[in-house]
Amino acid sequence: MTVFIIRRLLQALLVVFMMSVIVFFGVNIVGDPVYMLVSPDADQADIEAAISRLGLDRPIWEQYGLFLKGAAQGDLGNSFIFGEPALKLILHHMPATMELAFSALFLAIVIGIPLGLYAGLYPDSRLSKGIMAASIFGFSLPTFWVGLMLIMLFAVELQWVPATGRGDLGSFLGIQSSIFTLDGLSHIFLPALNLALLKISLAIRLTRAGVREAMGLDYVKYARAKGLSTRRIIFVHVMKNIMIPVVTVMGLEFGSLIGFSVVTETIFAWPGMGKLLIDAILQLDRPVVVAYLMIIVLFFVLINLIVDILYSILDPRVRLQDQGA
Amino acid sequence: MSAVLEVSGLKTHFFTHAGVVKAVDGVDFTVSKGEIMGLVGESGSGKSITGFSIIGLIDAPGRIVEGSIKFNGEEIANAKEERLQSLRGNRISMIFQDPMMTLNPVLRVDTQMIEAILAHESVSKQTAWERSRDALGLVGIPSPEERLRAYPHQLSGGMRQRVAIATAFLNRPDLIIADEPTTALDVTIQAQIIHEAQKLTRQTGTAMIWITHDLAVVAGLAERISVMYAGRIVEQGGIDDVIDRPLHPYTVGLLGSVPTANRRGKRLFQIEGMTPNMLDLPKGCAFGPRCHARTDACGLQPPIEDIDGRSLRCFNPQRAAEAVK
Amino acid sequence: MSDMTAVTVPVAEPSPKVETPFQRFRAEFFESKIATVALGVFLIIVLLAVFAPWITPQNPYDLAQVSVMDGRLPPGSEAFDGYTMWLGSDGSGRDLYSAILYGLRISLTVGLASGVIALLIGMAIGLVAAYAGGRIEAIIMRIVDLQLSFPASLVALMMVAALGKGVDKIILALVIAQWAYYARTVRATALVERGKEYVEAAQCLGISRFRIVFRHILPNCMAPLIVVGTVQTASAISLEATLSFLGVGLPQTEPSIGVLIANGFEYMLSGRYWISVFPGLALLFTVVSINLVGDHLRDVLNPRLKK
Repeated sequence: MTVFIIRRLLQALLVVFMMSVIVFFGVNIVGDPVYMLVSPDADQADIEAAISRLGLDRPIWEQYGLFLKGAAQGDLGNSFIFGEPALKLILHHMPATMELAFSALFLAIVIGIPLGLYAGLYPDSRLSKGIMAASIFGFSLPTFWVGLMLIMLFAVELQWVPATGRGDLGSFLGIQSSIFTLDGLSHIFLPALNLALLKISLAIRLTRAGVREAMGLDYVKYARAKGLSTRRIIFVHVMKNIMIPVVTVMGLEFGSLIGFSVVTETIFAWPGMGKLLIDAILQLDRPVVVAYLMIIVLFFVLINLIVDILYSILDPRVRLQDQGA
Repeated sequence: MSAVLEVSGLKTHFFTHAGVVKAVDGVDFTVSKGEIMGLVGESGSGKSITGFSIIGLIDAPGRIVEGSIKFNGEEIANAKEERLQSLRGNRISMIFQDPMMTLNPVLRVDTQMIEAILAHESVSKQTAWERSRDALGLVGIPSPEERLRAYPHQLSGGMRQRVAIATAFLNRPDLIIADEPTTALDVTIQAQIIHEAQKLTRQTGTAMIWITHDLAVVAGLAERISVMYAGRIVEQGGIDDVIDRPLHPYTVGLLGSVPTANRRGKRLFQIEGMTPNMLDLPKGCAFGPRCHARTDACGLQPPIEDIDGRSLRCFNPQRAAEAVK
Repeated sequence: MSDMTAVTVPVAEPSPKVETPFQRFRAEFFESKIATVALGVFLIIVLLAVFAPWITPQNPYDLAQVSVMDGRLPPGSEAFDGYTMWLGSDGSGRDLYSAILYGLRISLTVGLASGVIALLIGMAIGLVAAYAGGRIEAIIMRIVDLQLSFPASLVALMMVAALGKGVDKIILALVIAQWAYYARTVRATALVERGKEYVEAAQCLGISRFRIVFRHILPNCMAPLIVVGTVQTASAISLEATLSFLGVGLPQTEPSIGVLIANGFEYMLSGRYWISVFPGLALLFTVVSINLVGDHLRDVLNPRLKK
């Protein structure tokens, strides 16, 4: 297990390194690095000062070395708009995004898995067909449009919950989050639901497909032949098997929740790093864009690693292979 | 000897989109206490469906449409699910064909054995564990404590099938249905498994239905044999009688197609044609179109006739034997 | 019993009517009412978009035909020029019905163009991997896996952040975000096909690898590619709308459906729902109908689900 984790960490480092190469050279080749790294309002003298300060007159591999050195020390440049280090800005906005993404994941699991289980066990019932039709909509509907509709229905028409903002923060175990206050919960409900919708559909489909496949397999028939109760067959024999793909996929999807939060945060004016990114793109605040990109890459690599570890814990067959290796 | 199982007029049909498949279409047989009966036929002959009908595991679109299954005198054809569940794995056990597929890959062997006991008896987990360990010992598994802690994939195919046999005997059932339990195994392992099964039935007085397509397997194992073709039993009798002097042309063909030492150099006999389409069976005797001894009479369904202590569905039993010579 | 006549040889049963694979596919596809309706809806949407200039009361981008006086009119209002605005008008006085049909032209063009280009590029790369094998295949698939570990939406967002606005740039961003799905599909099929015995047999016969890839692997990729293609095209259309809605996609001069929805967003909280909702519904019908068709295609073309 330790060997496995160390090996994966090394692989992860390699991926981050590769992505830094792609990001760095991408920024340098696609755009003018001066334009990318210097505020658009700068005059000629500023630009020349910046060129020598940023070392843009040196060979590109040397520049990359400087960029790496800075990145290793947590320095990804300063935001043009806020004048603060870009990394600090992003880390400051991260908790809001995290709580949104975790809330959405929670909703996806507690809504999606039971519905998928039902649809898988009774595929011909009317309710199951309704669930599956709804899940196709959940897949097809663009997140931003659903967000608009949620605002229109719950915030404008019914006025049940507020449309924008994060609300009051509560503190629990030293963690500040809006899910610990009633006001915060009322604020997070719509954006979390909006963000979760796609994942709810995914959880439904994964669970249903897993249940349907497992129910036809020999080990389920064998379990029935042993005289086990339906409940034990479903919740022990079937669930334990389908949890492997469900946990793996849902875990990997956590990354895409953070990615998609860009859209949800923009619609609901949620002060997370996704909103920060869109503002940065619109205001040409490139250091923030680059910093966001690097953070996201790091994030995905970490999530992949955690999911791999989870997978090996859940699936005994994988564990053995690792011991053997 | 009292009968453990009396099957009469059993019909199990599958109602598919393409039409009704009469997988089992009027099957009668009796199994006495402690007796091993071989149920032989090609794939698609309905032998496995017969087994699943007895244990009550026929899923939609199939169902038992007619006939009676008396287990220890109790009618269990289409019995209530609770009743069947309390019999399954307890009074009637089943061993499946592919040991790679029947054990749940994500549950340890002990979990899967103990649950078979706890489903039918309220004993402590410790007692159940000890009984599981002893059962593994009985089927010739070395160091059973260790094997109990293993996951199925850590065991070889033969070892897994021994686990399945041990599980089948756990609750000392009156009847075990073994559905091609050695087909997926190497020939050497096959012999060992057959030996263990035979030994255990003798020790425990458990009756057994051994379903197979391999006449050689039942020849050394069973006391009686039933040969199935297209959903019906075409010949039934004592094992030695049937093997030495087959009367039904299909049995003749089956035996003729097995290579044996004392017929070296002679051409193997081949049954003409192909297995019938179960959706569109020939009129009259289903074997008619492939039969060497076919006469005009065969356009009708031959009734069951008792000849020399065995039962037979054929109009021309004598001609059949001659045709091969 | 010695006077038996010769045993009659069983007559081969008449073979059932032979269907070509395409006929069977067609029959199975139209078995599903939902998919048939979805295909119909999609075709209607395409026709509406294609014939937009002839069936709309105004060209919403000809400034001479648009009057600011008509701004923000609710559905069913009469325009200054006398025709009825069945779906109302947007903030600058454009008839929404006309704007939506013109917007569909842009959205469909971007979606289909990026879908087709991504398909061709992805397929080519996948085939190269399948053809070359060994190291090259390993490297290509590592890149594909790496890219697929990031959601397409994020990749596209990053690309537009670097590239900027514009139809060509959006198409490029969408192609970069989606090619890997096609490459993976081709490669997965190639893996299955290469494992089959006939390929081994063909290799033993000395048939060239090139021929194996193009005669055996490519045709077998077609069905999964069509399925992936429909779903990915729907997702491209949706993605473009999302990017445009966020203001980082198409500019105001290329008002796709996403731009229209974004324009209506500011009026939403004041109750002028139609400016966002009607373009949204158009997007919805487009994407959902393509997905329903794709979903059913998957069922029809997937041999594993066949009974």
